[in-house]
Amino acid sequence: MSNTDIEIVVEDPTAPETNSPAVTSVRVVDVVVCLLLLALALTLAYDNWRTGAGWESTGPQSGYFPFYLSVILAGASLYGLAAAFLSRREATEVFVTRAQLRRVLAVFVPTLLFCLAMQFLGLYVASFLLISGFMRFVGKIVLWKSLLTAFVFTAVMFVTFDVAFDVIMPKGPLEAALGR
Amino acid sequence: MEALSLLMHGFAVLLTWKTLLLMMFGLVLGIFVGVLPGLGGPNGVAILLPLTFTMDPTSAIVMLSCIYWGALFGGAITSILFNIPGEAWSVATTFDGYPMAQQGRAAEALTAAFTSSFIGSLVAVMLITFLAPMISSFALKFGPPEFFAVYLLTFCSFVGLGREAKHKTVISMSLGLLLAGIGMDTVSGQLRMTFGSSELLRGVNFLVAVIGLFGISEILLTMEERLALRGHAAAISLRVVLSVWKDLPKYWVTLFRSSFIGCWLGITPGGAIAASFMGYNLAKRFSKDPDSFGKGRIEGVFAPETAAHASGTAALLPMLALGIPGSGTAAILLGGLMVWGLNPGPLLFVEHKDFVWGLIASMYLGNVVGLVLVLTTVPIFASILRVPFAAVAPMIVVSCAIGAYAIQNAMFDIWLMLGFGVVGYVFKKVGIPLAPFTLALVLGNRAEDAFRLSMIGSGGDMKVFWSNGLVGSITTLAIVLLFWPVIDKAFGSVRRMLVPARA
Repeated sequence: MSNTDIEIVVEDPTAPETNSPAVTSVRVVDVVVCLLLLALALTLAYDNWRTGAGWESTGPQSGYFPFYLSVILAGASLYGLAAAFLSRREATEVFVTRAQLRRVLAVFVPTLLFCLAMQFLGLYVASFLLISGFMRFVGKIVLWKSLLTAFVFTAVMFVTFDVAFDVIMPKGPLEAALGR
Repeated sequence: MEALSLLMHGFAVLLTWKTLLLMMFGLVLGIFVGVLPGLGGPNGVAILLPLTFTMDPTSAIVMLSCIYWGALFGGAITSILFNIPGEAWSVATTFDGYPMAQQGRAAEALTAAFTSSFIGSLVAVMLITFLAPMISSFALKFGPPEFFAVYLLTFCSFVGLGREAKHKTVISMSLGLLLAGIGMDTVSGQLRMTFGSSELLRGVNFLVAVIGLFGISEILLTMEERLALRGHAAAISLRVVLSVWKDLPKYWVTLFRSSFIGCWLGITPGGAIAASFMGYNLAKRFSKDPDSFGKGRIEGVFAPETAAHASGTAALLPMLALGIPGSGTAAILLGGLMVWGLNPGPLLFVEHKDFVWGLIASMYLGNVVGLVLVLTTVPIFASILRVPFAAVAPMIVVSCAIGAYAIQNAMFDIWLMLGFGVVGYVFKKVGIPLAPFTLALVLGNRAEDAFRLSMIGSGGDMKVFWSNGLVGSITTLAIVLLFWPVIDKAFGSVRRMLVPARA
């Protein structure tokens, strides 16, 4: 009953090229991450020191635990910084190629816009725009398919969450006009 | 045989139309989540958690755990038919599963995968049924020092036994513990690390972080890959199923060994991924004909799948009995428990009998129903992959946003989710593991409370962690595990010094 023929084929026309130049190496990103973590650790350590990181008769003060955790985090980031500088392997390893970055941004930027739009238009309208726009412009899918899919998905979400399960989502002018 | 009568009670709780329907719904969603690229067990459970907020806890956990079982089943479909492991723990399944599909034995491989998954979970559920009540009644005697020692053991074993670079595990864990501490301090009521922001007052919600770390970042990572795929289509006939089942007794050693490995690694924070590889490698090593592995041997499907499922299920044992999750998904279920107003830990077995035994019964029933469901519907789920990722990706983003918002009805959480998405993407690429972060975030406050309560009890004396045999041995074990790599190396060099001396 089994079938050897390849039956399911999905093409990816916009796949990132394999020979695309590297934007940055893993080492650079590793160093940046460690520096950021170090900065975070120092800020938090300062704040906890102010809260009180000492030891009272009844045990540690509220800043005690987080203060020493920040110290551990700072130590581990410093170690990571040194390790990243010394690692030969990471220097040659590609963090992301230009083509890959373009694809990642193609998802990230619309997601960012979606989060922004959600504040003003409400979740449902924003998701309709995100899905239809993404399918049409990034996926190069025919307009009517994009619009229909977006509409059906948004409607199903609305019915599931708003009507059936009573989970309240941010709403905008459209929902207000429809009286929901 | 008290466990058996309680289990029967659990089945009675389950057998209502509503619960059964939710179970089916959960399984279908789970398989869907397991098949889709860019979504996995933990993401699926985290994203769909908001659906359960208005349910009673028993229905909620039944549905969520069924999503988890479904995701475990679903991962096998793509690895065998497309050579794409939908989940990290099904990577080992592709070694022999995909060659089998190429030889036209896809149906056999799928049946083997589903059946062995079923066997693996069944063994683990039986373990839970009999062991969990015992452990939890033992743990009822625990005071804060014992609990802190157990938390310490969990954290230390992650650092000491994890395969990632040690400093990266430490970074991930201390960051998680720090973020868990943001907001109101539960012991003194003091505010900390809020920097005057009223949004940070609530603290960083664990589920929001998980949705960002696993959901959003996974989409970013998936987009980097070439998404074209070619795969085999297969329908499973009853004849194939029966012929595979007839041969099953021949492989009992492999099945038993893998179940054991899975249960062991599931309870300790080793995880399903390690279990599946170990199951595969051991099956290969003990085989009379190790060279035939990787060329489409059915044992190569049995071994990793049994281990992965046994481990995925066994991870729920420490969560139920002690309130300590054994895996990322278990950690999210634990987060769910808190949202539904249940306090995870050994008291659960006393205070919420219906809930616990309903859940355990649902593991039995969910796996039986799941097995039948996947065996009959494989072609439908395989064709889901025809849906272009450009349509799937924005839908996942929307689901993530719904999930993140619904937890606290806060717009700030949407931004937090997006932030964690970027953090997760970068962390995964530079090799900082996310599992210790998740664990630390969910256990951080409880660990700190336990520590401070024991300090209040002992008047600030650290010796309380060695005050009796039990707590002393757990604490010592934790410290040994923390320094395990160093100890291991030291022993190794001592041995090397001794061997040439003797020779």
